[in-house]
Amino acid sequence: MEEKAKAVELPSVTIDGVTLPAQWNRMFEPRVINQYDISVLEETTAIPGAESLGYCYQCGKCTGVCPIDTVGDYSPRKIFRRTQIGIPLIDSPDLWLCTTCRNCLRVCPKEVNMIDIMPAVREQAVLEGKAPQELLTAFENTARYGNPLGEAPRKRADWTKSAGVEVRIMSQLKAPVDVLWFVECYPSYHPRGKDASVALARILDKLGIDFGILGVEEKCAGDSQRMAGERGLFEMLAEQNISTLSKYEFETLMVTDPHAYNAFLHEYPKLGGSYKTVHYTQLLAPLIDQMGLSQEVPARVTFHDPCYLGRHNGEYEAPRRLLEAIPGIDLVEMGRCKERSYCCGGGGGGMWLDSFTRDHTSARLSEMRVREAIEYGAEILAVACPYEVSRFEDAVKSTGNAGRLKVMDISELLALSMGLIPMEALA
Amino acid sequence: MKKVLAFIDVVDGQPGEIGYELLDFARQAAPEAELVAVGAGPQAALEGLAGADRALWTVADGYRPDLVGEVLTAAIVAEQPDLVLVGSTAVGMDAGTYAAAKSGYASIAYVRSLEPLDGSLAAQSVILGGKMVARVAVPDRTVLQVLAGAGSAERGRVPGRPAQVGTLAEPAAKASFEGFGRPEAQDVDITRHDVLVSVGRGIGDASNIELAEELAEALGGVVSSSRPVVDAGWLPKARQVGKSGNKVKPKVYLALGISGAPEHLEGMRDAACIIAVNTDPAAPIFEVAHYGVVDDVLDFIPALTESLRVRQG
Amino acid sequence: MRIAVVMKLVPDVVEELVLSEDGKRLERGDIALKANEFDEQALEQALLLKESSGAELTVIAAETGDVDEMLYTALAKGADRALKLVGDGLQDGIWNAQYAGILVDVIADVGADAVLTGVQANDDLDGQLATWLAAGLGWSFATVVSGVEAAGESLIAKKEFAGGLTANLRLPLPAVLGIQASPEPPRYAPISRVRQIMKTQSLEEREVTAPAGSITVLSLRPPEKTGGAEMIEGDVQAKAARIAEVLAQQGI
Repeated sequence: MEEKAKAVELPSVTIDGVTLPAQWNRMFEPRVINQYDISVLEETTAIPGAESLGYCYQCGKCTGVCPIDTVGDYSPRKIFRRTQIGIPLIDSPDLWLCTTCRNCLRVCPKEVNMIDIMPAVREQAVLEGKAPQELLTAFENTARYGNPLGEAPRKRADWTKSAGVEVRIMSQLKAPVDVLWFVECYPSYHPRGKDASVALARILDKLGIDFGILGVEEKCAGDSQRMAGERGLFEMLAEQNISTLSKYEFETLMVTDPHAYNAFLHEYPKLGGSYKTVHYTQLLAPLIDQMGLSQEVPARVTFHDPCYLGRHNGEYEAPRRLLEAIPGIDLVEMGRCKERSYCCGGGGGGMWLDSFTRDHTSARLSEMRVREAIEYGAEILAVACPYEVSRFEDAVKSTGNAGRLKVMDISELLALSMGLIPMEALA
Repeated sequence: MKKVLAFIDVVDGQPGEIGYELLDFARQAAPEAELVAVGAGPQAALEGLAGADRALWTVADGYRPDLVGEVLTAAIVAEQPDLVLVGSTAVGMDAGTYAAAKSGYASIAYVRSLEPLDGSLAAQSVILGGKMVARVAVPDRTVLQVLAGAGSAERGRVPGRPAQVGTLAEPAAKASFEGFGRPEAQDVDITRHDVLVSVGRGIGDASNIELAEELAEALGGVVSSSRPVVDAGWLPKARQVGKSGNKVKPKVYLALGISGAPEHLEGMRDAACIIAVNTDPAAPIFEVAHYGVVDDVLDFIPALTESLRVRQG
Repeated sequence: MRIAVVMKLVPDVVEELVLSEDGKRLERGDIALKANEFDEQALEQALLLKESSGAELTVIAAETGDVDEMLYTALAKGADRALKLVGDGLQDGIWNAQYAGILVDVIADVGADAVLTGVQANDDLDGQLATWLAAGLGWSFATVVSGVEAAGESLIAKKEFAGGLTANLRLPLPAVLGIQASPEPPRYAPISRVRQIMKTQSLEEREVTAPAGSITVLSLRPPEKTGGAEMIEGDVQAKAARIAEVLAQQGI
């Protein structure tokens, strides 16, 4: 322990005519307050990718915007501080709570980059066998089946059977297409994800867009597995997808999933796969005039910006333009929107850490967000990321708001207005 | 078919139900054959085996895997039966295939029934996680591992001892027995129960868990749940079924107010009999369930508990 | 101690099970195969033994499909050697009696004094491998084991019975164990490590000849389809009474 600081005082001083007796002029000599053993911090920042954790100067701006801080004792500032005083991040539950939503990086004056730090330290943890079991199950499923749900690869295109329109599979088509649609896992397998896929297929068909999908050849894009610390798995998936994509000719790669969008924009090019990639909202927004949005969807709607479409990649307008074009919709913005948007909790591996997160936080982020939507009087929470439908629908029920708020993908709302799915879907 | 051997499981001095089931199974499959019960355990375990024509018994205590294997081998060598039945149990797994290999018999596992085949028999075996049934020719001199429930213990249990009890000398065993471990009293391990009364969000409130507890008690099972119930803190984590909880395979799974998210189905779809109750007729749980009821669980559970009490008198 | 872990590929029942034209077996080219999950438990138990007692660990698998990834994964988890058994006829799959017949010589050559394998597999129609092997080798054995500790020239195995009852058994080496569950869940092998191992280590190969199998499958088919739930109608009392009847039929 450091010695107590030594007091310096004079029996009496007079300053500007004011006399200060000893107890009022007492001062303390400077005391060293930073003689920690910072080896734990140094070990952490020595991990390639985690260097910027050391830049933190504890201003606390991140704490004010960190979604996890609203449900727990957590923020990048606290992570730095804990590491500084000798609590290894690699062994701390903190490591698995970050959803890589990027809100901290937006405000950080020192550019402490959790988007790099988290996957780097997590990768180390995975190698050392320190990752939560439920996350490893998702990794194993992805490695074995090409999707984190553990569903049969051969059933990846089964959803097209209920599409009611032709969805062509590239391996059978043997011809170039304008748009290759990278459907991704949840839109292929999750019941509510499939609803949105069906809606989107019908929209593309109606617009006469020349499109195809990879079907059973498609593997998970792998971005969230990368953020959750399994870079090797990501690279394996990326190599397989790049090799599959190289067989086909297409103008544009359209993705349903903002996480896949992020991977194709920033990570696949590093591995040799560069494509003109758009999110489906970006593909559709310029085509509003041709969509025939005739049916009224009379509802107060709010939109949740997906972290990986908005903050990560700067797209805020395309989804809004589409929603505003739908007759009858009264679009209201929540307080936390656009670049300040909240997070659904599914990113960065959060999708596969539900039980772990629950044990270390007071509420799910999805529950907080659903309550916010309801505060703003929304009847429909519109989403544009396949992680969100199931998370928010779950949260609507768990917060006791069943019947008060409907969660719908933008593609479903568009299809409703185009008369491509029955209005009963709103009931 | 002249002679059938049935191996009687004995653990900790107690014969298991499977032994009686095998005696019934043997009688159904080969009514004319001489039926010989074989086992290793205390003399008292012979009580209730009067359904067998004879017994060959080794008096032994504790439990040694190679001892049961050698006892069955010795019995087969001595008796040269046409057919040998063991249970698909922890004891049968030690004895059956081992004795078959030692005595030059064929071995067929996971048998749920036998049927005639050109003067001989064919076995129906349930394999590949219950997704396939294999019909397998049963050659003369075969050891069958028979699934629990293939015969009726009620019919197979006949008071008294077999009319004739021969003694098999205790064979040499390499393994030595160092004692039994008993399960500790703690929160239930839902993976070990035959009946699970599983509640989901439809249960509404923590106070309603009691209704499920009463039903479970009436059924001799325990209460498990889907994730939201555990998340809400209404039941401990150990009770959770599904992706992030336990994978269970009970005889009966009652899904009460569980809609059947894929994450939940992953943990319970292998249950032998699934009964689902939900207000939503389109709930996916009905796709995997064997029986479905569209109703509010808060009305249905008390009605079922009452029904069971009436049946049980 | 030298431990051999014997693994095998089994049909992955998550995937569609495609029947051959004669309806007697699965069309092996059209189904997905994966490591038997109980063999993965056996591997984990062996790794724990290696860590606690310093055993040398050899993983063995017959090439009844693409076993390379399974073997490399075992190396990535910490196995010392990986031995692939190759030979004519293996690709169509082999019964456990045949597998055991092959393994008796292999295990003698490996010099193992303990063999760990899964307690069962979803396709072992002719009985379980551990006991076929124990009889073939003439070693001590136990099946349904959920914990193993080394004790000098013996292994102490915990065998499980129904209802949570267990027996502690002292098995003199050499011994064969059919593993139900490892005390720890099978560890995860990060893909980057598996890929690294694939580049730096190689699998040993050994030519083997399988003896003839002893069982004849007449047909293979899915069980009678229930086709979704049988929906019970009526008022709540009637429905409850019917379900009570169903429960009684289930022997509850």
